[in-house]
Amino acid sequence: MEYLLLQVLNGVQLGLLMFLLAAGLTLTLGIMDLVNLAHGSLYMMGAYIAWTLIGVTDSFVLGTLLALAATFLLGVAVEIAVIRRLYTRDHLTQVLATFGLILFFNELVRALWGPAGKSIAIPGFLNRTVEILPGVPYPAYRFAIIVVGAVVAILLAWLVARTRLGMLIRAGASNRRMIGALGVNIELLFSLVFGLGAVFAGLAGLMAAPIATVRIGMGDDILILALVIIVIGGIGSIKGAFIAAMVVGQIDIVGRAFLPDILKTFMSSSAASSAAPAISQVLVYVLMAAVLVWRPTGLFGQRT
Amino acid sequence: MRDLVSSLLTPRGIATALILLVLAALPLLTQAFDQRYLLSIGTRIVIWSIAAVSLNMILGYGGLVSFGHAMFFGIGGYAVGILSAEGISSGWIQWPVAVLAATAWAAVIGALSLRTRGLYFIMITLAFAQLVYYVGSGLEAYGGDDGLNISRSRFPGLIDLRDKASFYWLCLALLCASLWFCGRYANSRFGLVIRGAKSNELRMTALGFPVFRYRLAAFTIAGALGGLSGVLLANEGAYISPAMMSWMKSGDLIVIVVLGGMGTLCGPLYGTIAFFVLEEALPPILNLAHKGWGEYWMIVFGPLLVLIALYARGGIDSLLGRRHD
Repeated sequence: MEYLLLQVLNGVQLGLLMFLLAAGLTLTLGIMDLVNLAHGSLYMMGAYIAWTLIGVTDSFVLGTLLALAATFLLGVAVEIAVIRRLYTRDHLTQVLATFGLILFFNELVRALWGPAGKSIAIPGFLNRTVEILPGVPYPAYRFAIIVVGAVVAILLAWLVARTRLGMLIRAGASNRRMIGALGVNIELLFSLVFGLGAVFAGLAGLMAAPIATVRIGMGDDILILALVIIVIGGIGSIKGAFIAAMVVGQIDIVGRAFLPDILKTFMSSSAASSAAPAISQVLVYVLMAAVLVWRPTGLFGQRT
Repeated sequence: MRDLVSSLLTPRGIATALILLVLAALPLLTQAFDQRYLLSIGTRIVIWSIAAVSLNMILGYGGLVSFGHAMFFGIGGYAVGILSAEGISSGWIQWPVAVLAATAWAAVIGALSLRTRGLYFIMITLAFAQLVYYVGSGLEAYGGDDGLNISRSRFPGLIDLRDKASFYWLCLALLCASLWFCGRYANSRFGLVIRGAKSNELRMTALGFPVFRYRLAAFTIAGALGGLSGVLLANEGAYISPAMMSWMKSGDLIVIVVLGGMGTLCGPLYGTIAFFVLEEALPPILNLAHKGWGEYWMIVFGPLLVLIALYARGGIDSLLGRRHD
């Protein structure tokens, strides 16, 4: 029972990380109608920049905050240099151009930081366990991810639903041309939203860094998963992205934690432990295919 | 006959004829200059061209942005690899099984994916490709993530695929056959429906064409041809691994088709050659500018892709003048 609870929490933690990545992606897709494959590169850049800045400042918190600011600037710079030219183009152009950006960033990281992976140490004040229930310890760092992720998710929900910026974002998602015609500075709005998405991606990357490795291409596989999440949730829907991210997080953890034991009842244990992660990944894609067949624009997507 | 001559005497005809001539003589040239490894690059160019021709049939002519075409590399390759690992080494069994498997899979996922449009289509094809990728990496008995060394298909008494030159010519012959087939496809009534649906799906539907069924057929044919290229790729390296169907490879294939010129007959061929030549030539050129830079050639190649996507969507084919069809 305890084990089950811990695994569910791990799933929530993974889901929240995925949500941070997917939120920026679904905003850019929903509002600007932009397929941004380079979103995973911003995730990677966030982690690498944090690694450097934590080393320079010798403080996890300060380094992290500076890295977030740097990722925002990087996002805005990328938007101005390349992305801005892509809004009016077709999806194929966007896929191609942002695919080029991925190659660029992967190689840039290799040139600047070298091919070997980096690791960020868990900061001292989080390097312990907390008791989530009496007698049930849970790593404090993972718990902190859940807290930060949940806070950001709530902030984002508040931003989109309650503020003027959020109103513009929602208006932009339903009719871009109209809000432009009403005198809203779309260029600025788009740059801001893109920078915001970059910050979320960078935050996800640097929070994941201490429990994974900072390595080249770390954003490529997770990007695909984030795309799957926003497609399941429906493009442009924050609520959909959240629900889908939670479901995908649980599927992944269940696959890693429980499938091996189930498979071992009829397979050799080494085959079971290697097949289980693959099966849980496959399950995610089967889920997406099933959702799209059932609802071709995702769970909360706009019907056209 | 006069038609053939006049069509050969255009820039496009001359370029294609020259390329095919060089490709046909490549094994002799590499032997004469003792550059054996160029032949293996040549073989890969020819195999990738076949895959690009198949992707062009749906992406170029049909406007269907399939972001998972490398999965057919994987299905063709794994069909050969699994059969060979199980002791069935005859190509007469391996190849038809592999192509049939790719065809069947293409028909199934085509039927599901073609219900969606635009971005959702890109994503669902990508998702199916990832699904195949993870199935491949989960097959521990066949190498899992690390891949598997296999023995090449056997065609006793006909051809020995271990001989590099014969294998190359076989691939080239199959490429010529694919190009011929694609040319027939593009100008047939069937192909015209596919092309018409690319520019205006609603109109084709209003004209009474069951667009979905036409597209499904095209998707299936492209899958079969893609499966064939996977069979060849597995035999080229005598090796299969999930890496041959990673989503980056699907991206490379799209790059190739756009680079060469979408919806043009020989565009995929130009695109593949340009792609591989850039990959081989950029590092030495950069090293010339500054020693050590060559290692990071993708820093140049990435932005180059951005520029191509933004400003050169006609591809290489458009450099050869306007088309008349």
